[in-house]
Formats: sequence, C-alpha cells, structure tokens
Amino acid sequence: MKKINLSKFQSIIGLVIFSVIIAMMNDRFLTGSNILNILRQTSINSIIAAGMTFVIITGGIDLSVGSTLALSGAVVAFLLASGMNPILAMAVALAVGAGIGVLNGLVIAKGKLQPFIVTLATMTVFRGATLVFTDGKPISSGYEKNAEFFAEMGNGYFLGIPIPIIIMVIVFAIGYYVLTQTTLGRYVYSLGGSEEATKLSGVNTNRIKVMVYGISGLLAALAGIIITARLSSAQPTAGSGYELDAIAAVVLGGTSLAGGVGTILGTVTGALIIGVLNNALNLMNVSSYYQLLAKGVVILIAVLIDRKNK
Amino acid sequence: MSKVLLRMEKISKHFPGVKALDQVDLNVYEGKVMALLGENGAGKSTLMKILSGVYQKTEGELFFKGKPLKIDGPKDAMMQGIAIIHQELNLLEELSIAENIFMGRFPSKAGIIQWKKLYSEASALMARLNLNLDVKMPVKALSIGQKQMVEIAKALSFETELIIMDEPTDALTDQETESLFAVIRGLVASGKSIVYISHRLKEIFEICDDVTVLRDGQFIAEKPVSEIDENLLIELMVGRRLEEQYPYIDCKTNERVFKVEALSNRFVRNIQFELFKGEILGVAGLMGAGRTELAKSIYGHLKCDEKRMRLNDETIHVTSEKEGLKKGIAYVSEDRKKDGLVLGMSVCNNVTLSSLEKYSRMGIIDKKAEKSEVESYQKSMSIKTPTIKQPVKLLSGGNQQKVSIAKSLSAKPKVLILDEPTRGVDVGAKKEIYELMNAFKKEGLGILMISSEIPELLGVCDRIMVMKQGEISGILTRSEATQEKIMRLAIGTGEQ
Repeated sequence: MKKINLSKFQSIIGLVIFSVIIAMMNDRFLTGSNILNILRQTSINSIIAAGMTFVIITGGIDLSVGSTLALSGAVVAFLLASGMNPILAMAVALAVGAGIGVLNGLVIAKGKLQPFIVTLATMTVFRGATLVFTDGKPISSGYEKNAEFFAEMGNGYFLGIPIPIIIMVIVFAIGYYVLTQTTLGRYVYSLGGSEEATKLSGVNTNRIKVMVYGISGLLAALAGIIITARLSSAQPTAGSGYELDAIAAVVLGGTSLAGGVGTILGTVTGALIIGVLNNALNLMNVSSYYQLLAKGVVILIAVLIDRKNK
Repeated sequence: MSKVLLRMEKISKHFPGVKALDQVDLNVYEGKVMALLGENGAGKSTLMKILSGVYQKTEGELFFKGKPLKIDGPKDAMMQGIAIIHQELNLLEELSIAENIFMGRFPSKAGIIQWKKLYSEASALMARLNLNLDVKMPVKALSIGQKQMVEIAKALSFETELIIMDEPTDALTDQETESLFAVIRGLVASGKSIVYISHRLKEIFEICDDVTVLRDGQFIAEKPVSEIDENLLIELMVGRRLEEQYPYIDCKTNERVFKVEALSNRFVRNIQFELFKGEILGVAGLMGAGRTELAKSIYGHLKCDEKRMRLNDETIHVTSEKEGLKKGIAYVSEDRKKDGLVLGMSVCNNVTLSSLEKYSRMGIIDKKAEKSEVESYQKSMSIKTPTIKQPVKLLSGGNQQKVSIAKSLSAKPKVLILDEPTRGVDVGAKKEIYELMNAFKKEGLGILMISSEIPELLGVCDRIMVMKQGEISGILTRSEATQEKIMRLAIGTGEQ
C-alpha cells in the first residue's frame, strides 16, 4: 500500500521539480497565461491518453487513435459544412470514433489477436479511409452560423478557462470514477492482471476488451473534434504520431505496459510532463528538431528512474 | 560413511508472511543418491530452489566439496557443478537435441557455430546414457522419458557433480522409469551424486541410499534407507496419524443436487454421474486422465460436443463460465498462480471477482458492502492477511487457496468443484481446508474434489470416482475404496 502511494507521488514530484527548474531558467514560464497555454496544448494528448490508459491497463495497446482522430475530425467538418446541427454532427463523429474502437476490440477479442498488430493495421486502414473521404484535402468546417458554436469547442472560454481544458478535466474525472468505482474499472485491472483468471472467474473478458477499445476510440474522436474546432478545418493528416505521445504519457504516469497496474492520475501527470517539456523548449527557442530529440531522451530517463524504483 | 559432497546447514527462507524453511539441514554424499522427502509444502522445492540458485537463502550456510558455497543465480549453480532437472522440463521444443544440450554454449569459432563438433559431442553424451537417438532430431518428437534424458545429458555437459531430480518419474511409463533408474545407477557408479525427490515411496527403497525428511519447513530426520521401512517413513513425513489429518463427517443426503447425464468432448467421453447434497465426491486418476478437463467442461470453460446436465432436477445449459456461475456451479482452479487468482490484485478484489455484480448497482460498486462481505469471509475462513487490501501474491499458499475458494463461494454455488485444493499448501492449512469443506458439506453443498493424493481422497470423500483416459472407470463408496482399488481403476490394463 505504502509503495503504491509513493510511486503515485513520484511522477507528481518529478513534474513539480521539473517545473521549478524551468521556472528558474525562464521567467515567462510561471505566468497565468502560459500555464493555461500548457494545459490547452496538453488537453488533446491528455484526452487520448485517458482512453489509452484503459487499454494499456488491460495489457493492450491502441495504435489507431491518431487515425481515428483524423477520421472523426473529417466527419464532423464535412457534416458541419453540409449544414448539419453542430451537436448532431459532433454526436455522429463521436459515434464514428467509438465504432472504430469497438471494431478494434471485436477483432482483438474474437480473433484472439495481438492488439499491437490489429491496431497497427487499423491505424493504416483508417488513415487511408480519411484520405479517401477527404480526397487528401483539408475540409473547412465552414463559417456558417451553426459553425460558431462548434468553434467554441476549440477556442471558447468558460469562466476564463479554455473549453478544451474543461473538457479534459471532465474526461479525467469520469475516467477516474470509472476506473476506481465501477465494475468495468475493476474488470479492466483484473483482465490486465490475468486474463485466464478473470475469464475463469466468470467475467466476459471479450466484452471488457470491446469496451476499452470503444472508450479509446470515443476519446480519440473527442480529441479530433477539439482539434477541428480549433483550426476550423479538418486536416487529413491530423493526429499522425499522436498515439506515441499518448502511450508516452501513460507510461510516464507509471502504468505498466504489461497490464494490471496504472492510474488515471498518473496519466494526467505524464501528459503534463510532456506538455511542460514542449512548452519549456518553445520558450527557450529550441529548434523543433532538438525538441523531438529532447522529448525522447526525457521519456527514456523518466521510465528508467521509474524502473529502478520498482 | 562416504565423503560429504554438499552440506547445507541451518538454511532458512522467509517469504512475506511465511517461513518456508526454518533451519533445515541437508547432506549429500559422493556417489550416493539422497532422497528428499516430505509432503507438499514441506519445503523441498524451496530448498532445492536455493541450491539451484533460483532463490537466495535468508539464513544458513552451504558447503560444497568442503568449501563455502555461494550461488549467484541458476547459471552460476550450473557452472559450479549443480544441476536441477525440474518436473516441468525446460527444453525448447523446436530445436534439436544437440542444440538443447548445448544451448547458450555452442562450440564456435569467430561466432560461427561448429555444427560437426556440436553433434559429435551431443552424440557422445547421449551414448553415455545408453540412448541412440539422432541428435539432430527436434525435441518435440521425443517422448517425455527421452526428453528427460536430454535434460540429464545437458546437466552432464557441464562438469556436473550433483544432479537434483524433482519428481522425475511422475510422467514416465514403468519402462521409462526402469531406464531412468539404470541411468541413475550409472551416474552414481561414475561418482556423481543425486538428490532425488519423489512421492513414490517404492522408488525410494529401490534407488536411494539415504533419506532426508522435511515437514512444515523443518528438518525432521536423516537416515540410511537400510534402517527404515515404509511405515516409519510415512510417520516421519506426516508427523501424525492419518485419522487426525483427515477429519471426516457423514452428512450425505439422498437428495440429488447435480447430475451429468451425458458429456463428451475431445478430452472426456461418456461421462455420467450424480452428486448429492452434503456429499464430497472425489475424482481420482493419473495425470492426463482428463479430471481437470472434466471440471472445466462442466463449468463451461471448455466446449462440449454433447452435454446434458441437471441441477436440482432442472435441465441446465452451461456454455460459458459466467453461465456456470449463474446457474450455481463454481470451479476453483488447480493452478492459483496461472488462472485461479489475479496475483497482483488485492485479497478483497480477488474474493469478489466472481460476484462483483452482487455488490454493485448500474455498474457502480458499493464498496462498503463489498468490504463487509470480504471481511466476513476473512473471518469465517480465517484468511491470514494484514489487511484485505494486501496483494494476494504476498500471501502463503494456503491463504491464497482460501481466497480462491472464497471467490467461488461468494457466487453462492450449489455445486462446488475443487481442483487439487490442497496442492502447494502446508500441512496445517490442508487440515483447515478439509474442515472448511466439511462446513460447506453441512450447509448442503455438493462438492466435487479432484485430487492426485489418494490418501487425501480416502480421508475426506464420501465416494470416489476414478478416471482413466478421459472416461470414468469406476465409482467407489467410502467403505469399499482402498488405495489399491483406486490405482487398479486408474491404471487398469484388463477391464473386468
């Protein structure tokens, strides 16, 4: 019990120390507007990572989230441009994302296949589908009256806080509740701990798999809606490589790729570490080439430290 | 007395919550076979794991060839001349005999494998064991007995002086056992020493020179085989009379709770039996007789070609584990670590895994109700754990088993299938488990108990069903059952 608490604090302590160092190096870091900026930039990755947390705790992985994001974004932009009610358009896009996830889950569960292989394949399939659907061109979500409300999803504020941040907080609150208080959450941990034992205990493990990939797809679609709203257009190449950032956030948060262990709080911290790092490198005018390099190295170091402490 | 090759002195090993070994001594003499005996959970495998470098001892000292011995892991043990042949063989099925023997140490020049040398050396080793097999053959084509010989050849390929054999004859035919004994005699004649672990007392008298007996993690005795007989050996191992070890109560009713009218699949055939309220029906049979498969088929884990079952005289259809539980059939796995428990999860979460829906509404768990239920099981079954939040992997075998049983009970079954419920559990906890079973009996549960320990079946069961090659070969009542009759039905060459 004590150990778990300690490791839970570890990534938070790491984040705090990291932030303090950056704050000392750069006085623009700890300003209110910059912090909101970090949170807003983190929100997309965080939302995807929240879904990824469910998948990874079951011992799986979902590489198709970036493509799901792009396809859902294209769907919502297309529907808006054709004049559909924004709420309805978003609902359709979310359903598309959830549907993709459920499909992933069904293939993995019924086909008894490795999640890595299945989602690697569907990642390509849905990227291809997006390119076909958009003909490789961005789709503008339009400037009609009904798109105004939609644009708020990416650019609006509520009580001075950007809407994407509010969505992120709600997603994490629900994610936390589901993982800790519901039967689904319990089965997610149990499935990751031992699939055989869970199945033999009378739990329908296939259903749990379908649900976690469904959740992952749904949240990827939500992230796709926010990005599309923010840019007022859907890019066919949106979200490329986002799966890796999401996995990095989950792992930095102390969730084991082997399954059975992990928390949603850890994932928040992990996503924030990546967000803070990106922001700091931007503030210091480090070129984007070096940024990528630095990000990789930091992830490696963090995971190594975590490993040593276990 | 011959020279001492290995001396283990006052060895202790503590795991969280359990003292697996408490000041145990073991001597192995040059060119002799030392039997290591004890019931399941006596500490034999723990002691051997320390000797073969898998575990580190908590206390005590080792001397090998008169010098203090320190072992850094399994590989180091082999390099120092100590090899272990596990019950579950450790071979790579797809690779050849020769490759398996020299795995990790292929003769090579500048990184290129010298196949000729590899094959000739492997052939020479196999010849020493009187085995004429093409060493290029993949291991998967061999019988279990032959695979064991490959393991022995592998051990000999190191300059091994001490070979530990853990239940080597368990899966062997009589003939294979004979050739294994011939090999052992040859090894001993050439000066090697052997630690021989077996449950089969007859073999001890046939092949061993001395015996060391452990019980409950403690050293009990070391004696030359010539000075003991079977009765004394059992007394040393069990430490008490059998009647005390197996509490039995008679509360069998004539009310049938469960009936299998027909059940067949690729594992078992022509299955038919009845189970009464308040009865323990034992299931005996050799490894591979289909006992676990039968249990998992009844429970809905394995697919069946034909399956007709009645519970309380109602026909039931069970095609999944979930349905099995819902209808009132619960199964406690023989393998806690593999599929019985989620080891990393807490005691609490394991106990309620099969019945979580009962403590939840609309998918939201009522944690208070869950906790009080788990605590009531903890109390009634005296599960020893600091808190119910303790990960179950930190509990002792006996307590893990109780958690596993509690999980099934919490689903409120009418038929409880226990698969090897006392495997890997120490003697004291065994008795507690029997007493729990008796309590379930009194409450009117029908219990199907699979066990490989015949004395245990004779001790606690009302009737014993014997299986052979996927079929039921006979059902004996408590009064007519004897060890011989069971064995005859389990092995039985001539059918009536």
